[in-house]
Amino acid sequence: MVDRKLENFDCGHRACGGCGASAAVRMILKGAGENTIVVSPTGCLEVFSTPYPETAWKTPWIHSLFENASALASGIEASLKKQGRLGKEKILVIGGDGATVDIGTLCISGAFERGHDFTYICYDNEAYMNTGIQRSGATPYDADTTTSPAGACSTGNNRPKKDLPQILVAHGSPYVATATMAYPMDLMKKVEKAMNTPGPCYIQVHAPCCTGWGFDSAKTMEIGRMAVECGLWVNYEIENGELVSQKKVKRVPVDAYLQAQKRFRHLFRPERNEAEIAKIQAIADKNAKKYGIDIE
Amino acid sequence: MPLGIGCTARPGQSRNNKTGSWRVYYPILDTEKCTKCGTCQLICPEGCITQNEDKTYAIDLDFCKGCGMCAEECPDKAKAISMHLEEK
Repeated sequence: MVDRKLENFDCGHRACGGCGASAAVRMILKGAGENTIVVSPTGCLEVFSTPYPETAWKTPWIHSLFENASALASGIEASLKKQGRLGKEKILVIGGDGATVDIGTLCISGAFERGHDFTYICYDNEAYMNTGIQRSGATPYDADTTTSPAGACSTGNNRPKKDLPQILVAHGSPYVATATMAYPMDLMKKVEKAMNTPGPCYIQVHAPCCTGWGFDSAKTMEIGRMAVECGLWVNYEIENGELVSQKKVKRVPVDAYLQAQKRFRHLFRPERNEAEIAKIQAIADKNAKKYGIDIE
Repeated sequence: MPLGIGCTARPGQSRNNKTGSWRVYYPILDTEKCTKCGTCQLICPEGCITQNEDKTYAIDLDFCKGCGMCAEECPDKAKAISMHLEEK
């Protein structure tokens, strides 16, 4: 059972007000339970939670480079195994999307291939927010970032989002899931399940970023729900390569989700860019068909 | 302050950093209207909402950054949290 009262992430960290990632991390640690060793690569989370000597963590926490969080977790796992402590203590990696889908992919692939017993969680805020909103492999199509600026010659990021969960399913991972901080109970249950599944497990958590995406800090949860309702984010669980559950929705057009964020406003002014919005709608339709999320 | 390889800090030391000074709007929780569902406590990005022994909730204004998520997500039937402009 998830202990909702467990607080392993303390007040006083330096995240922006309304940060989706910090809310997600609180929920993740509730789901992970006691006796968890956390590894964090560089990213927003590492920077805002641990400016030395102040740390927000109340659980063992270790910082790695951007690229080698999984390698570090593998080493900790091997050490715990040798000492006979594995099982009593668990290893959790929490990294951002830059460290996960771009820079750390090599080490993640290695750790998943070797089959170490740990859980990797990516909080996906869809760009390098820590360094000032540069595009990453997880940035969605047509999003405006500082390295994919929208303007006269461009409509923002010209590549679709990289599908890392499916890459890790192909590695033979026993449990791969996606979740969003907008559905806390679902997120905590998935984390608990991943932590109790032997072998390398992966969860990608949608974490809206009010600063980078451009919306009011009070709307973080609402933006998360809108992404699920329009089909641009799908919550699913894959066990041993089989799709076992998905969040079904009465799908709405993507317009409301796009209009709510500054990173997509170029699609609506000076006039509505029908062609580009249709392309984004096609991505949502493809997701819906692939995972069967539509309620008939 | 010396900074070496493998530096460690005591757990929860971030409490020295009172983030409440960042706030523009501050929340007021109406305990009469509150249904004690615990949504605000669960979703607060700061973790600065705590439950008292009599099951009511309290917001620690030393740390609240005033994002307004608790007021927004408080269920429609309660709407117990309201945001007010900080006077400085």
